[in-house]
Amino acid sequence: MKVLQVIDQAYRTTTEEQDDTIVWLTRSMRGVGGNLMILLSGHGVHYAVLRERQPTLTLGNWRQTQPAEIPRDITELVNSGVPVYAVQDDLEERGLGDLPLQGGVRPISRRALPELYEEADQVWQW
Amino acid sequence: MSHPRTLTFAFMEPPFESERTITFFRLLDAALDRDVGVRVFAYEGAVALTFARQQPHGNAVHGRDSAEEAHPLTKDWVQALQEKARARTVGFEWINCGLCVDERGVNDVIEGCGRGGPPDLWRYATDARNTLTIGTR
Repeated sequence: MKVLQVIDQAYRTTTEEQDDTIVWLTRSMRGVGGNLMILLSGHGVHYAVLRERQPTLTLGNWRQTQPAEIPRDITELVNSGVPVYAVQDDLEERGLGDLPLQGGVRPISRRALPELYEEADQVWQW
Repeated sequence: MSHPRTLTFAFMEPPFESERTITFFRLLDAALDRDVGVRVFAYEGAVALTFARQQPHGNAVHGRDSAEEAHPLTKDWVQALQEKARARTVGFEWINCGLCVDERGVNDVIEGCGRGGPPDLWRYATDARNTLTIGTR
């Protein structure tokens, strides 16, 4: 079975969980042999061009020590054999179209999405 | 092995904050109405749906005490669906993401709900006819 994970939100829970929770879920399922792909769409395309670790949160005397590191997580996901796509049209709409993509992230046009969806047995829209 | 009469749901919303929670429960109920087995992977805030210490309360604005108010609790909805599934002899399974449970301190869950992780979601999805994911917004 092959699953396409569609992430169209960025920075959801990234401060509290110190990762993107769907990227994390995908890495975990890949670790038990899951056959998955990721599509970054909408605001999710921000992950495709992110270069830096999330800033550390400080509240009073409490200081975060392990903020989310999305670029590393995406790279490790790609290296583990999970194809990661980013919708080129959504990048351009957000003024991100000219920025280099994270290593291994593949641009895909909206018009090509039906073919990508057809590759999957299940599509999980988060 | 695939179970054509089983659906998997992955759900992220907590109790009481979102209309999506009600819709999710209505979908489970509708699946059982059609004798379709249900498997739920509760992720993030959704792990609180089965927290056993949920308590009903009265409502002074409504002018009702606790018994009269009969406040809805999601743990009771899950129990009701468990009973409905038993009566119809269809499957109803529920697994909470263990890490999500720990960080919220909602370890005390109602009977019939287990603790697990993403491999369980993958197993549920692989066996099901299809999977519906409902994330937070």
